[in-house]
Amino acid sequence: MIAIDINGRSRSVDATPETPLLYVLRDNLKLNGAKYGCGLGQCGACTVLLDGKPVFSCLTPVGSLAGRRVRTIESLGTEASPSPLQRAFIDEQAAQCGYCSAGMVMRAQALLETNPGASDTEIRARMQTNLCRCGTHMRILRAVRRAAAALGSASASPPQAGMRDGAVK
Amino acid sequence: MNAPLLTRRASLVGGVLLVGIGLPGRGAHAAETTDDKPPGSLAQFPLLDSWVRIDAAGITVFTGKAELGQGLRTALTQIAAEELSVPFDAIHLVTADTARTPNEGYTAGSHSMPDSGTAILNAASQVRAILLAIAASSWSLPVDSLTTRDGTVRAPDGRAVRYGDLITDTTLHQNALVRSALKPPADYTIIGHAQPRVDIPAKVTGGPAYIQDMRPNDMVHARILRPPSYGATLIALDDTEIAKMPGVLKIVRDGSFVGVIAKREWQAVQALRAMVAAARWKPGPKLPERARIYDTLLALPSEDTTILDRLDVADAAVSELSARFNRPYIGHGSIGPSCGLALFDGTNLTVWSHAQGMFPLRAAIAGLTGLPPDKVRCIHVEGSGCYGHNGADDAAGDAALMARAFPGQTVRVQWMREQENTWEPYSPAMVTRVRAGLNGAGNIVDWNYDVWSNTHSNRPGGAGALLAGWSLEKPLTLPRPVPIPQPEGGGDRNAIPLYVLPHATVVHHFIPEMPIRVSAERGLGAYMNIFSIESFMDECAAHTGADPVEYRLRHMQDPRARDVITLAAERFGWSKAAPGSGRGFAFARYKNLGAYCAIALQLAPIGDDGQLRVARAVLAVDSGQIINPDGIRNQIEGGFLQSMSWTLFEQVSWNADGITSRDWAGYPMLRFGLLPDQLETHIIDRPGAPFLGTGEASQGPTPAAIANALFDATHLRLRELPLNPPRLRAAGLA
Ligand code: FES
Ligand code: FES
Repeated sequence: MIAIDINGRSRSVDATPETPLLYVLRDNLKLNGAKYGCGLGQCGACTVLLDGKPVFSCLTPVGSLAGRRVRTIESLGTEASPSPLQRAFIDEQAAQCGYCSAGMVMRAQALLETNPGASDTEIRARMQTNLCRCGTHMRILRAVRRAAAALGSASASPPQAGMRDGAVK
Repeated sequence: MNAPLLTRRASLVGGVLLVGIGLPGRGAHAAETTDDKPPGSLAQFPLLDSWVRIDAAGITVFTGKAELGQGLRTALTQIAAEELSVPFDAIHLVTADTARTPNEGYTAGSHSMPDSGTAILNAASQVRAILLAIAASSWSLPVDSLTTRDGTVRAPDGRAVRYGDLITDTTLHQNALVRSALKPPADYTIIGHAQPRVDIPAKVTGGPAYIQDMRPNDMVHARILRPPSYGATLIALDDTEIAKMPGVLKIVRDGSFVGVIAKREWQAVQALRAMVAAARWKPGPKLPERARIYDTLLALPSEDTTILDRLDVADAAVSELSARFNRPYIGHGSIGPSCGLALFDGTNLTVWSHAQGMFPLRAAIAGLTGLPPDKVRCIHVEGSGCYGHNGADDAAGDAALMARAFPGQTVRVQWMREQENTWEPYSPAMVTRVRAGLNGAGNIVDWNYDVWSNTHSNRPGGAGALLAGWSLEKPLTLPRPVPIPQPEGGGDRNAIPLYVLPHATVVHHFIPEMPIRVSAERGLGAYMNIFSIESFMDECAAHTGADPVEYRLRHMQDPRARDVITLAAERFGWSKAAPGSGRGFAFARYKNLGAYCAIALQLAPIGDDGQLRVARAVLAVDSGQIINPDGIRNQIEGGFLQSMSWTLFEQVSWNADGITSRDWAGYPMLRFGLLPDQLETHIIDRPGAPFLGTGEASQGPTPAAIANALFDATHLRLRELPLNPPRLRAAGLA
């Protein structure tokens, strides 16, 4: 058994230390957000936050996580009460198939937590890591900009969702 | 540009300008209907309760089509809610399921709105008419004194009765009439209005949204060992140690087909890796040399069909131009590799799949497993955007074989990234050749066009289309492909120009032999044919010294085509953009039957690295009556960016021993850094006109607009895709 801190809760999972975090999230913990896309660190579908930084969960061995905090998209908000960034994705209808969405949201979340008023150039540069096959990119950019505008203006307060989980960096 | 401005009724919907242009002489939804059959898929499935059921639980609407991320659920729900006069949320929609829905074949070819949307529109309208008639007779009131609102029929005196109280189980079990009394489009409150997609909230909050998220309690995980190349056969695999690995429950073998089932997903992956290391294979036939692939294809035997032979009176040609175009194999590139789930209870097999056709898949799986088709049920569950026939059907076939060998528990097969990239059927490489004769005024008076292509559909129907079948002890083989006939066509889709060309010959050279596995991908041959035709129109315009937009309008009579061309040019500011600045234009009507789309775009200056980037693009589209304007915009923009990705980056790579573009490093696609600065879409609404479908309309014009812009900027004409830095360097452009 390995103990890990996921979304502010300590969970103990039955997995060998080299098991990629992605498989633990999806298979052991039955979380849907992080997606299997390539398992190679090339697409970003599996992006989660590790101590506030975006990482590829497909390349992160679960045995390396002692004392570190993992956050997935499930920590942000819910359908009934989405986080500001999730709200922006819904308002901009920033998905087609949406398979890339959770990874996009998490990478953007990490950016906005450190740089709430991120510029368009900064957003584009940061999102470069994540692939979308459906060509939803322009809408994703609009959603992140919309959230950045909302957060940038609401002083430098960290996103509420992170606070709700007690997982603010 | 001197084209006359359109006179328009313009209105703002959802913050974007929509241009409404009434079509003279058209009634509401003059949908293509033969006189003796109701329209759309109602012709094949005329029973009203195949489409709409009303009971104590509420209103359920059925479609044989599937949500592929294109917004189908939302659009069909809008249609049903509108014609039934109920709120959007009152409709429960059931999508493709062989046990529950009509068999509408594949969800492909931009057919969902014309086929299923039209069927639901008419069925819902007729159901509402039946409800009104029943209420009228029970109240002894004239039908036209009654109204429908919020799921009730209302009388002028204030009496109201709920739909569910008016009918019994069998009321709607009757055939649809040929014609429906549809609502006038002017009365629409749901159709044509922006409707947020029903599926997006779950997708951005980590809700279960995909087949990959299914986790029935009894589920086990499987991985399949695939050969290293086409036609390789298994010589030896010592699996004794693998069978003892942690969590491994079973190894299934049938000839060269091998799969492993484990308790946990990561255990299945590890077992697969051990099998890959242990397996010894007899290689299959060598693949043809990649550098010579186009010549290899041209040298293969072909079945030739003249699909256009027009000989009207024409001027004599005074000059002649010709060109040849090549395009590579392109992958579907789904971000989520294919997945299939199956459960065999000893008698019945249930399969969950994200493939595009549940009924054809059922037939294929019945053939693969030897079960009778009525013992196989296939249920569609959404996957990641597929854009055609990717590995989804194969993964479902894999799951079916594994489940049959492991009865009583649900088996989930998940493909690995490299399996998807190396085994999915690609969009075929193609060659086209075009020759035109121009008269003294520079107009085209003679046109000769040839297109060479493999098939664009090896979709299942037969079990031999499923990958697993090829590896069985008694192998199945792919049936000999047959061309998809005109007017839709396969490799020859959009090979006939919509322009007025008095002398024209178009020949489709269908090549049955396939050195690389191929099948359907978004737009089929339209991407290449429109690239060729629209590049060549520009070549003819340049030869004549004509403006490319004016030159197109000169050769175009279809008024709706002229409208999108004019609209895109106007909104782009074509007449103000300086020639030579890197601006490009292209147009097509998808399949010559579907949506009209014109694109004007501007390239960013080409840097030393030879990487092209579009700075700004303006798209104009007409898909008939708009259902969800934002849905159309999402599809058109997405299609543009995807087609731009094909055009700037994409090509399947291989060597003699197998496919080498195994992952995203070997098969690069568009990323955020090369997005346009600006992308605008303008939609022309055609109230009451038939739904034309939207999903593939921007694929074809995109590569041509880019190549034309490159020519505008550099005077170099590149006719082989992709337009990537090595190609630009070879042309001396970087
Ligand atoms: S799945 Fe982790 S980067 Fe692609
Ligand atoms: S929306 Fe389909 S991959 Fe991004």
